[in-house]
Amino acid sequence: MSVAKLRVFRGDSQGGEEKEYEVPVDEGMVVLDALFYIQANYDGDLAIRWNCKAAKCGSCSTEINGKPRLACKTRMDSFEEGETVTVYPIKAFPVIKDLVTDVSWNYEVSKKIPPFTPAEDTEWIMYQEDVERGQEFRKCIECFMCQNVCHILRDHNRKDAFAGPRFMIKIAEREMHPLDVLDRREFAREEAGVGFCNITKCCTEVCPEDIHITDNGIIPLKERVVDKYYDPLSWLLRKIKGK
Amino acid sequence: MANGTASKALTMRKDMWWVEPLITGVVLGAFGIYSTWRALSNQFYYTEPYLSPFYSPLLLLDWWPLSPAILILWAPLGFRATCYYYRKAYYRAYFFSPPGCAVKPVGKRGSYTGESSFPFILQNIHRFFLYASIVILLFLWIDSYEAFFFHDGMGVGVGTIVLTANAFLLTMYSFSCHSFRHLMGGNLDVFSKCPTRFRLWGAISVQNEVHMKWAWTSLVFVALTDLYVFLVANGTITDLRLI
Repeated sequence: MSVAKLRVFRGDSQGGEEKEYEVPVDEGMVVLDALFYIQANYDGDLAIRWNCKAAKCGSCSTEINGKPRLACKTRMDSFEEGETVTVYPIKAFPVIKDLVTDVSWNYEVSKKIPPFTPAEDTEWIMYQEDVERGQEFRKCIECFMCQNVCHILRDHNRKDAFAGPRFMIKIAEREMHPLDVLDRREFAREEAGVGFCNITKCCTEVCPEDIHITDNGIIPLKERVVDKYYDPLSWLLRKIKGK
Repeated sequence: MANGTASKALTMRKDMWWVEPLITGVVLGAFGIYSTWRALSNQFYYTEPYLSPFYSPLLLLDWWPLSPAILILWAPLGFRATCYYYRKAYYRAYFFSPPGCAVKPVGKRGSYTGESSFPFILQNIHRFFLYASIVILLFLWIDSYEAFFFHDGMGVGVGTIVLTANAFLLTMYSFSCHSFRHLMGGNLDVFSKCPTRFRLWGAISVQNEVHMKWAWTSLVFVALTDLYVFLVANGTITDLRLI
């Protein structure tokens, strides 16, 4: 059995520091197991948010060796022998304690998104080809790693103007819904700030559900905004068709 | 406060995250220098029956004193400059916005506006460069067709294959574009009512997933195609006649 060195952030909203631990590594062990070992054997007050330990609840988002990752999905044998593993809280949101951050801002953003709005006389029939795009977005487990890695929120701190990748796909899902009749393009542009995204695709790279956030969500949303605001030909076609 | 020491560092990543933007920057820079030199040189762009793609369509106008390449290159240049893939590539490589995922970007915290204000709001005209590039593409296929006709009759030279491969790669790059995908079907909410557009959108989506591959192969190959015509035209090498 090998021994891994972990350097874990310990602190709160006032600051903190790394603390080093040595953890014996068993076969199949993940970083979350190593954190449990630390809790059981060294520091029982080490704070980490977790729930399912199966990469489905999205609770244990951390920064492992500087990359946003789920602690329950990151195997200890993915590191080199003798490599020191750093574990930090996600950077875009304020620390509560140790590895636990306050992600409540995301739920406030979520509330602002106009809900699914069908026509009053909707015929409740949908075909598979009509709902497939939205089903991809519904795989989201709200781990908020896309929000965390997005430099607009993480480094530029433009939470005042940009809703973030997670909510771009939520808007896109409703905007593309076959039975939804609400036009969300103005909301996407003015309230959610889709124009702030500069397509660097980090959100897609870190998504544990492999959702193509940029290609299938944000870019199609940007294109729909272009249809409405930046394309005189689309405008002319709409006028001709009387839409 | 975010999370202690993590918020002060450029990044806590331990991998070689800087390799990708470095290679991207070097290759894009080399292409930029080469294509600018060739576009301005105004010589060795035609050798029967091959025309360099940088000069196609060849517009020899009395009132235009400079290289004819300048009259047409704005279209493919604008198409690539506003391309959703290249945006990611050069924002990372040249603007460090950000240089890598979970790596601190350049720019004052709180002042970032991305593509919501000038000059980057102009990225929204991407589809108009697409239209112009499709026109150029038609001429490249005509050049490819004409490359089969030598002064002594029909045949195939290395240049014929090079020009045809170049037109093919540029076609794949253009028609795997995110804007094209949107215009062909992505702007629909109900696919089941437009089965032809749904199938078209599906086919484009398959290629759109590898848009990056088409972007790089077509970029390198268009430069190599021009280089081939240049070397044959100035007598450095002789075109090998295969048939």
